[in-house]
Amino acid sequence: MAFERKFKIGKPILEVNNISLSFGGVKAITDTSFNVLEHEVRAIIGPNGAGKSSMLNCINGIYKPQQGTVSFRGQQISNITPNIMAQMGLSRTFQNLALFKRMSVLDNILVGRKLHTKTNFLEVALQLPKVKKEEKLNRERSEEIISFLEIEDIKDTPVGKLPYGLQKKVELGRALATDSTIILLDEPMAGMNVEEKRDMCRFILKVNDELGTTMVLIEHDMGVVMDISDRVVVLDYGKVIGDGTPDEVRSNQKVIDAYLGVEH
Amino acid sequence: MKPVFMTYTKKDLINLAVCMILSVLIIPTFIKTEYWYTSILIPWLCLALATIGQQIVMGYTGQLALGAAGFMAAGAFAMFNLILRVPDLGFVGSLIVSGLIAAAFGILFGLPSLKVRGIYLMVATLASQFFIIWMIDKFGWFKNYDSSGIITAQDIVILGKPFTTPLAMYFVCLAVTTILTLLAMNMARGSTGRNWMAVRDMDIAAESMGVSLLRTKVQAFAISAFYCGVAGALFAFCYLKSLEPVAFDIKLSFKILFMCILGGLGTINGAFIGAAFILLFPVLLNAIGNNVFHGAIDATIISSIEQVIFGLLMIIFMIYEPLGMAKLWENIKQKWRTKLPSSTNLKSSLSKKT
Repeated sequence: MAFERKFKIGKPILEVNNISLSFGGVKAITDTSFNVLEHEVRAIIGPNGAGKSSMLNCINGIYKPQQGTVSFRGQQISNITPNIMAQMGLSRTFQNLALFKRMSVLDNILVGRKLHTKTNFLEVALQLPKVKKEEKLNRERSEEIISFLEIEDIKDTPVGKLPYGLQKKVELGRALATDSTIILLDEPMAGMNVEEKRDMCRFILKVNDELGTTMVLIEHDMGVVMDISDRVVVLDYGKVIGDGTPDEVRSNQKVIDAYLGVEH
Repeated sequence: MKPVFMTYTKKDLINLAVCMILSVLIIPTFIKTEYWYTSILIPWLCLALATIGQQIVMGYTGQLALGAAGFMAAGAFAMFNLILRVPDLGFVGSLIVSGLIAAAFGILFGLPSLKVRGIYLMVATLASQFFIIWMIDKFGWFKNYDSSGIITAQDIVILGKPFTTPLAMYFVCLAVTTILTLLAMNMARGSTGRNWMAVRDMDIAAESMGVSLLRTKVQAFAISAFYCGVAGALFAFCYLKSLEPVAFDIKLSFKILFMCILGGLGTINGAFIGAAFILLFPVLLNAIGNNVFHGAIDATIISSIEQVIFGLLMIIFMIYEPLGMAKLWENIKQKWRTKLPSSTNLKSSLSKKT
């Protein structure tokens, strides 16, 4: 890398060990292991049905793998649930958008501040001073994120009414609002035009650079992946077929075969 | 400029002031007939309060629950027994404790929401309705072994002063409803309400943001049942002035459900609009029957027409305005505003042109 990174890539922060996941007879992931280093941008790529999203869902606790473990900062996590992972500092976006459709953009992002909200419902009902203080802080942080993502003019619009590209941005914003150490992005640029993709890349790199947030993303656009990621892991039929820097992966024969097809 | 957070905007405060002046000063000075208090205003406030409870669990948290009347019965009979057996608590204390007892039932019957959803949850929550009524009927202790089936509610005494006239009871209901409505608004607009709505709109994403589904759903059920419980106690003590389990049957649960849907799911003011509509509509129909047709139409036919119209309205609202009358009102205001642009609107439209 040409430029000096504020947050140097460090030790493994997230390790996936020998994960196997099947739905009935269908094997989605078979004995897959890889790791994610602190502060890096890590891409997961692979053809359709390679098990990329299933992988993220295993890390996040939405799916329970039949075998294998996930370790966070060297500590193995038993009984992974989305909630526990969120508390450990892992946030995510979803492939098919999972926004709170009837809530405004600002409210969506404010939900991301949940773990920074310590007051209970009784205190909220009575509007105690500490509730107001906390709400003010959360709103300020959310507004910061909104202006960072350049979506100030739509902040009061119900999310369901927004076009797809903007919804993707809001979802990134919600993940950012958690102030997590790792953010999993499931196809953050799917269905976007070139300009929107460029914006999204800029945001991802900027967050990674300025806050040091570790980014794990699934993406189909090879140009984008090779451009922005530090390391790439390639899945095919639920197995790792390549793992390394973009250049290493690009020249890996197995990866080329998986993508271009191979004569039998 | 740093964003400044305020719980209430100026507009909200004006609205609140208008409502308070209307209900505390204008209504008592102009309405003298007892009928209005005993048959319309008091049940309106009580049922609006129960509808807020239904809103919290259904409109905000998105859990289809049907059994508000069961929780109301729990609140009402808890109140009766508390005043009877623990007189030291006083009226306000008993009211709060009966709300809490109803909330305990809410937690119990809210637990299925963790496993089932939608129409199945509705069936599961129906259990609360039947169980609570059955329990009160089955064990004489709850009715203080009264054999007549209908128990007279005790007089309301707050700080040694009796509140027995219709106007006084109206004020009791008004005070309780106002306080609880404000608290509900605070919750709905704050982080609590955001958690509820997040669970309603996309539970898996909410969980990934650290919102605990278990805690949020159970909390919503408990708060909802608290509101229903307090509403039930007021309903029995200020409106019915008697306690009988039959008064809290499934019909009342449906009524509250209709108020919630017609008023507008996920709105607090919708609870008041919906309750007012469902209470006043039969009165209006009767008045039309008596004054326009001079009693030519039988009263039973009128009450049947009422059912037909309610059903039709439900269908029409579900199709054309699922967010109910509160949203309709919002739209009318919006149209009014665009027709008559205020000075600020004019300014912004001018600046856009240049």
